Amino acid sequence: MTGDIQTSIARYAKRFQKPQPRARALSPHLQALEAESIHIMREVLAEFDRPVMLYSIGKDSAVMLHLALKAFYPSSLPFPLQHVDSTFKFTEMIEFRDALAEAFDLELRVEINEEGRAKGINPFDHGSQLHTQVMKTEALRNAMERHGYDAAFGGARRDEEKSRAKERVFSFRDAKQGWDPKNQRPELWRNYNTRITKGESIRVFPLSNWTELDIWQYIQEEDIPIVPLYFAKERPVVERDGQLIMVDDDRLPLQPGETPRQRMVRFRTLGCYPLTAGVESSAQSLDEIVLEMLTARTSERSGRLIDHDEAGSMEKKKREGYF
Amino acid sequence: MTHQERTSRAVDNTSAAGTRGVLRFLTCGSVDDGKSTLIGRLLYDSKLLFEDQVNTLERDSRKHGTTGEEIDFALLLDGLEAEREQGITIDVAYRFFSTSKRKFVVADTPGHEQYTRNMATGASTADVAVILVDARKGVLTQTLRHTYIARMMGIRHVVLAVNKMDLAGHSSGRFHEIIAAYLKVAEGLGFDSIIPIPMSARYGDNLTRKTDEMSWYTGPTLLEYLEELDVSSSVAAEPFRMPVQWVNRPDLNFRGYSGLIVSGTVQTGDEVVIAASGTVACVEQIVTADGYLDAAEAGQSVTLVLDRELDISRGDVLAASGDRPEVSDQFAAEVLWMSEDHLLPGRSYLLKIGTTTTPASVSALKHKVDINTFDKQPCTKLEVNEIGLCNIACARPVVFDPYHQIRDMGAFILIDRFTNQTVGAGMIRFGLRRASNIHRHAMDVDKATRARIKGQSPAILWFTGLSGAGKSTVANIVERKLTEAGLHTYSLDGDNVRHGLNRDLGFTDVDRVENIRRIGEVAKLFVDAGLIVTCSFISPFRSERQMVRELVDDEEFIEVFVDTPIEVCMERDPKGLYEKARAGEIKNFTGLDSPYEAPVKAELRVDTSELTAEEAADEVIEYLLAREHAK
Repeated sequence: MTGDIQTSIARYAKRFQKPQPRARALSPHLQALEAESIHIMREVLAEFDRPVMLYSIGKDSAVMLHLALKAFYPSSLPFPLQHVDSTFKFTEMIEFRDALAEAFDLELRVEINEEGRAKGINPFDHGSQLHTQVMKTEALRNAMERHGYDAAFGGARRDEEKSRAKERVFSFRDAKQGWDPKNQRPELWRNYNTRITKGESIRVFPLSNWTELDIWQYIQEEDIPIVPLYFAKERPVVERDGQLIMVDDDRLPLQPGETPRQRMVRFRTLGCYPLTAGVESSAQSLDEIVLEMLTARTSERSGRLIDHDEAGSMEKKKREGYF
Repeated sequence: MTHQERTSRAVDNTSAAGTRGVLRFLTCGSVDDGKSTLIGRLLYDSKLLFEDQVNTLERDSRKHGTTGEEIDFALLLDGLEAEREQGITIDVAYRFFSTSKRKFVVADTPGHEQYTRNMATGASTADVAVILVDARKGVLTQTLRHTYIARMMGIRHVVLAVNKMDLAGHSSGRFHEIIAAYLKVAEGLGFDSIIPIPMSARYGDNLTRKTDEMSWYTGPTLLEYLEELDVSSSVAAEPFRMPVQWVNRPDLNFRGYSGLIVSGTVQTGDEVVIAASGTVACVEQIVTADGYLDAAEAGQSVTLVLDRELDISRGDVLAASGDRPEVSDQFAAEVLWMSEDHLLPGRSYLLKIGTTTTPASVSALKHKVDINTFDKQPCTKLEVNEIGLCNIACARPVVFDPYHQIRDMGAFILIDRFTNQTVGAGMIRFGLRRASNIHRHAMDVDKATRARIKGQSPAILWFTGLSGAGKSTVANIVERKLTEAGLHTYSLDGDNVRHGLNRDLGFTDVDRVENIRRIGEVAKLFVDAGLIVTCSFISPFRSERQMVRELVDDEEFIEVFVDTPIEVCMERDPKGLYEKARAGEIKNFTGLDSPYEAPVKAELRVDTSELTAEEAADEVIEYLLAREHAK
């Protein structure tokens, strides 16, 4: 699999050296979404001093990075990628990330909450809430402060979750990186208010108006490499509370009576492996994934265990600085 | 059919929905007219909800719902905790769904009056407005307000959704009564179409399906109507416009201008004009990451390479040379005010239009609109949610077209300079007087050339400080020394300005602002002539000094804060002004009964109680030498 990742990414990088016209035009819908995202990214580059792209390795990040490569072509990516590594990501994700950074000669910055790591914070003993708070939310805040970013791209979409539906494209954060949902700046036309004072920052969501289906169709049309975990394959999993958790390494404590079994699974969303449930699937191609999507009966974030902590949980996390 | 064939066919079908282009609509109306319910129901009936979403919905309905045992569809949309608790929608939510025929983006906007700004936000990108009316209550103030905003924001199609028909006995008579009342006001506004539909959002009647209860209604359901509506934009037929977002310079061999084409089309070989400067050039390449294009049109993000080297930067607009946009520093615009702090004529705001941001102020407030009657009323300020026609004066010329011709070229926001909040939304009607349609002629001799033959870099030395601080004294010595060194200078101060150029101005706040504006413009001309200009004015307000600073390039404005303690100034009192002020003979005297806002980051600070005037002047000269204004 490792070899496959590197080959496909090398081929991908080559495409940007001498771009060829598309074989068939994008649908007007995807074309409009692409143009809008590119416009947003160029606004950020032109108006901010220290922009960064928060790169999470998943499919939305893949699309966001692809759009950025297109937006600034023939210039190379004019800002760094920031990854927040909770130390519990799928192994394959890290391989993919590193291959991509190398092929495109990207400036990749990885933030790990070393204090949390030293304390051995993990989702098994401390629960998903504390783990997310320490290893993701705090780590992200640390990265923002350490590097003094004044604008950070995130791959969130409005169709993902209720509190996301009301998020601005340019979402203001105060000096404490907090989000005040009641006091958001009105956002009209494509006329984005980018003004901030020292210490404040803006989170920018160029994929705001994309749906999950748009993302998949775009990945297909543009032939964007994604982490192979999105495709169905026999993988060792255990079943917990009806969720299929992949045994990605030996840190997953098995409960009495649990034995990992090989099952055909894939992931609709990628995060920390103990917190990201797989779905049984036979979809091994993008076509099949899209078809599966169309008949899917559960929404994407249901595989995200952290959203179920309590009602309104996403909004709470966001106020505290989570993406 | 094989599995593979079935898969590709299904995928093709979903792509087909995308070929139609997306329809963006917003729902609006008064509180409790059922907006959120309508969208929730649309999603539910189009089978677009996932199982876990339905489960959450059922659980939430029992917890927060207002519909007893039944599903409360509104809960699907009211995303933020606060509004769920209050049972109202306080912010715009964007929802996405598609049918086999089309993709939709819905903006669900608030009904409460205090959230009108959010409705305008939703309307700014919408093609259609679905305006809800409660069949029992009929047309309300808020219905008309939203209709007016929809029209002002350039929406061409309205659906009058007469909702809760089940509570009005499904009465055809009641339906037609409401239509008549609505049309009486809305008909004159000039929409392309107004389609009334009777419905019960809660039960889905005439939303996605027809029902027996309203068999008297023969028109389309809401979904049918939205699927079929043609909103193909005419913006591609307008003249070419592309605001430059960013100059793309990967290396010395490539220089491209990146932007989103907001109207018209462009082909390689086309002659374009850089609107503000009047320079023309031809398009050599249209560059994208999908290869070179021969042509591109409105809605595409591209990078244009021109056939000659020009000084183009962010904020410039590339436009069809045969059909140019207007260039003016003054225009008339409709402004929707969105802040609790009132809009006051004369106050300085930041205006962002396209890729340009410039200081601007309202020079005249012509009238505001009474949204109940659409009548014009005289006014002296705009309060939150009020709409007024304003004359706007910008610190520098901006490039625009009327809003109703090209939305993106005529839309602007106003930003508070201190809180950075977006406080107003504006739509340009037309340019005002002198500057409009006068296209600058690009001159062969420019600022750099003029400065070069003088062997200096031009600058404004802006001396600010209290009366008696020693501004003119220091400036005088600085000018003498520069001249002795063979440099070319000029001095502006109260004496040579107040008696001529500004003799029509008094000392009211408005006149003081105009005084500094003119001085700034004159200083700018001297800078353009290649001179080092000293300006000595109390100029007590940061915003005015900022206004002048923004007239010239970054390096060219040097603020010298003559920071002499007021006790020293009062003791000196060279013109006897402090004495008069203390005796009450002069009002609004800076430092006594009128504030002096000290510079936060002046380039230079000199204290003439510690330094002699000569020493202070030397510090200024040092600064100039260090930055090679003088060599």
